[in-house]
Amino acid sequence: MVNWQYLESIESREILNIRSKYTNYIGGKFIEPNSKKYIETISPSTEEVLSKIAISNQNDVNKAVKAARSGFEIWSNLAPYERSKYLFKLARLIQERSREFAVLESLDGGKPIKESRDFDIPQVAANFFYFAGWADKIDLSWSTKGLKPHGVVGQIIPWNFPLLMLAWKVAPALATGNTVVLKPAETTSLTALLFAEICDQAGLPNGVVNIITGDGTTGSLIVNHKDINKIAFTGSTQVGKLIQKSLAGREVGLTLELGGKAANIVYEDAAIDQAVEGVVNGIFFNQGHVCCAGSRLLIQESVHDQFISKLEKRMQALRVGNPLDKNTDIGAINSKEQLNKITNLVDEGVADGGNIFQTECELPGNGFWFKPTLFTDVQPSYSIAREEIFGPVLTTLTFRTPDEAVEIANNTEYGLSAGVWTEKGSKILWTADRLEAGVVWANTFNKFDPASPFGGYKESGFGREGGRHGLLSYLKESS
Amino acid sequence: MQNNSTVKNSNNISWESVLELIYDSRVDSVGLKERVSSLATRSIKKDSKLQALKMVVSMCDLTTLEGEDTEGKISQMAAKAINPDPSDKEINSVAAVCVYPSLVETAKEKVINSSVKVAAVSSYFPSGQVPMDSKILDTQYAIDAGADEIDIVINRKAFLEGDYRKVFDEIVALKEVCKNVHLKTILEVGDLKTYENIRKASLISLAAGSDFIKTSTGKLSIGSSREACYVMLKAVLDYKSLTGISAGIKVAGGIRDSKDAIRYLVMINEEMGDEWLSPDLFRFGASSLLDDVLKQIKKLKTGAYQAGYYFPRG
Repeated sequence: MVNWQYLESIESREILNIRSKYTNYIGGKFIEPNSKKYIETISPSTEEVLSKIAISNQNDVNKAVKAARSGFEIWSNLAPYERSKYLFKLARLIQERSREFAVLESLDGGKPIKESRDFDIPQVAANFFYFAGWADKIDLSWSTKGLKPHGVVGQIIPWNFPLLMLAWKVAPALATGNTVVLKPAETTSLTALLFAEICDQAGLPNGVVNIITGDGTTGSLIVNHKDINKIAFTGSTQVGKLIQKSLAGREVGLTLELGGKAANIVYEDAAIDQAVEGVVNGIFFNQGHVCCAGSRLLIQESVHDQFISKLEKRMQALRVGNPLDKNTDIGAINSKEQLNKITNLVDEGVADGGNIFQTECELPGNGFWFKPTLFTDVQPSYSIAREEIFGPVLTTLTFRTPDEAVEIANNTEYGLSAGVWTEKGSKILWTADRLEAGVVWANTFNKFDPASPFGGYKESGFGREGGRHGLLSYLKESS
Repeated sequence: MQNNSTVKNSNNISWESVLELIYDSRVDSVGLKERVSSLATRSIKKDSKLQALKMVVSMCDLTTLEGEDTEGKISQMAAKAINPDPSDKEINSVAAVCVYPSLVETAKEKVINSSVKVAAVSSYFPSGQVPMDSKILDTQYAIDAGADEIDIVINRKAFLEGDYRKVFDEIVALKEVCKNVHLKTILEVGDLKTYENIRKASLISLAAGSDFIKTSTGKLSIGSSREACYVMLKAVLDYKSLTGISAGIKVAGGIRDSKDAIRYLVMINEEMGDEWLSPDLFRFGASSLLDDVLKQIKKLKTGAYQAGYYFPRG
């Protein structure tokens, strides 16, 4: 019998020109942080030190907000079609330098190059193109005129889709006339800093986009800054609650996009092979570091055994390894901290009595890795069925009837997304109507389009990003 | 689909269990296409590519199915099949030559003392629009002439009229004629059109005792597609999990270049595993594919992309 192995097919890093350290980008210039403090940023797949990024303090935040304020005077007074031109230019530059962005994203964040190349970066460009088109049409879009930008917007983004989350935040904010102070996550700041170079290249007026790096402390300095008009945050529910507390009683706009524990409901009349694919994509895409990941598989008892056996076989074909290998399906876990969190929750799942299946694969020696994992025999009370794991771990629950499926699906504090698998159209509509989730995918999962609004129910947050709804998150009615 | 205790082996399957098998033939075309195109992004380079291309050669059924076929033409093709690239000793023979029944005897003579098998298309390939007796005669003739393998077409008339029983019974009858001669059943996916139909026809053909299921005759403008192959391989896997029988797949019609062929192999490799990476269980029906594969092998070995005239005509 033959044994046909795919040789490594590595995307070259030569295109990158990573600096030895990065300063903040404020008022159109790269400037040393007042704090003089830097931390190392590593590649999670090798633990290789890639560069150093600044940890910004109060003075740095003050500078950035001040620059954004003066930027706002220029930006908000530009003719809308001029703003549109800048956004189109940014979109085109992202496309032109897409390979550079993709390689850097995979190197710095650990996601497979096929995802950064085929999903993240094309979506980033698509978002800028989409919102560029809106910039000069906002007045025509609502019956109530007189919508105005908030002003200076503080944006704090997570590490799972570093540049895409930047695009989701920056593009609509700029299209509506706001200026931004953006803080990327401390483990994945490099693509945001490369984006700063693009802003320069596009000749964006100074102060319109300001990017400062740092950890949670820097984030809270932005939230608590007195001259900020709105905060947009994507991250954990825990931090989201802290932000909301800090903003209570202040006249500051807020949108939160938080955690999720999405149910992926497979009915017995689904196209089983495609449902297996969809479930795999739903949880193992981006190592499961996806807030809308389909992390709870709800499966009808009558097809449980057949489905699980197909699912395990399919999982075994997943290729875990070097994110820069074009044939890698699952890359590295983003950080040591996240790996510990996943490991602890999985240990808890085993201790609770869950039946664990992990694929047989060799994990690289250095870096942070976790095998694709499936739990069966899980009860809804187990922590692996309730808590967001944010890793390549799928938890299976079973149901008997559609009513029961909906009840289990909604039995969570989260409500970001859900999936429904059935070949029966009426059952899709019946189920989707009853699911408390911002997005319900039918016979597919993890599909994104800049034109489609995205956001949560319950503790998954509020406000919408994307589409016409996404513009409203950056506009307020003028008094 | 489970609990089918009546299913024992390919010749001992009841119509009731076939009905049960094809009852659940749901295929979602969007998800299917997505999976197939994602597999097509695999990057197969250098030694992996060379290994793949050599596999493709060994899996080829070199085919000529024309009214103009003569003994001379068959002799040329047989020589090519035995020794596809005389300038490279590492290249093995192809799996088989595929001809009309009237040319089986000639083909058999020409491939004697080689590993190359002779496959005959029968059952009034490509349309199959004759009475059952004629199909049996056609098949019996090819077997008597020495065919190692028989490629039949399913009764698309019956299939599209919903008479699945007839489709099944005909294959069972032809399998009886074949006995130990390898039976490949052509679904003609270009006629079936929908993925549900392809899945149903696959399962019916497998349950009726086919050793292989094959995509196309190569006589329609719509030949094989990776999507159709994917549906068929899923049916083969489901049939195996039910019966323990590993049936083969032959893709034919429209596979012209190495890149496409490698994409098929990737799909077989990742969905089915090593077992199917063998001419015993996977074949390419092709006429023009082979030369492109030989050119690519030469390019990998020498760095030069040679003109067609360096390779003998088949």
